[in-house]
Amino acid sequence: MNTPLLLTGIGILAVGTFSLRIAGPVLRSRFEIPERIQGLLAAAAIVLLTALVATAALTAGSGSAGIARPAGVLVGGVLAWRKAPFVLIVVAAAATAAGLRLLGVP
Amino acid sequence: MSMRSIWRTLDRRLARDIGLVCLADGVVGLSYGAISVGGGLPWWVPVLLSIVVFAGASQFLFVGIVIAGGSPIAAMIAGVLVNTRHVAFGLAVSDEVGSGWRRWLGSHLMTDENVAFAIGQDNPRQRRAAYWAGGIGIFICWNIGVLLGSAAGSVITDTDVFGLDAAFPAVLLALVLPALRDRSTRTAALVGAVVALATTPFLPAGLPVLFASAGLLFYRTPKPALEPAA
Repeated sequence: MNTPLLLTGIGILAVGTFSLRIAGPVLRSRFEIPERIQGLLAAAAIVLLTALVATAALTAGSGSAGIARPAGVLVGGVLAWRKAPFVLIVVAAAATAAGLRLLGVP
Repeated sequence: MSMRSIWRTLDRRLARDIGLVCLADGVVGLSYGAISVGGGLPWWVPVLLSIVVFAGASQFLFVGIVIAGGSPIAAMIAGVLVNTRHVAFGLAVSDEVGSGWRRWLGSHLMTDENVAFAIGQDNPRQRRAAYWAGGIGIFICWNIGVLLGSAAGSVITDTDVFGLDAAFPAVLLALVLPALRDRSTRTAALVGAVVALATTPFLPAGLPVLFASAGLLFYRTPKPALEPAA
């Protein structure tokens, strides 16, 4: 294991990630952003989070995530739609996926 | 907003919800630490990444590439790519992050989960409280989990057995669902999700989610007359 190279990689990733995180707040403080654009920015965060849900639920690497995981997310999603308590949503999603795997479903 | 007023502002239900997500993050951290050490990395690699990078998906990707024999530089590039979505998050939650020293600390505490929690609240005080309580709680639980996992080594390597891989998308889905009741936002989000899924087989991790921004082409700012009175 090349320790200096590893530390370099970790260091640049840390600085890069922090820069990406602080970029939004810094930009917003420097420039007056019209209300119309602010609405668009709020929608952008929702769009990205939704895409994250879709890819995390349905894909693993560049392939499919199988059946158990999407099934669990679906159960959680339906419960969320029906305004079930948050705890129930989380536990039901996990239990559905875990239960299906116990039965041998991928 | 002081730490004390964060706790005062949080209502009990929101505090419990955030606590639950922190706990789940801790368990995922446990598996991340164990996978890293089990894969042959020294214990300090997952631990250091968790403190200075503090972004789960990019950390899994980084150690995964290095364990597979890839260069730490390639792992770093992949990690940065996955974290680019934080630019959009930062633009959306800059008021919650705050200014001065809070901007430095608050930016580091930015995660998918606390951003989603903040966006889901309906008044500015609650939004800010949710952002900070979520960020601090997840930071603590995640790092404790990683530390324990790294020490435990190969005890817990597969949290898929507990279905936690399904719990996380479900958490984010539950948090964005109220915003998706707005028709224009929903259309943009659905188009974005389809773009992300369609490009996943062909692009490196992180890019598909960025490409989802294309969905914003379908976003129409609500007409002022139709906006609910603030």
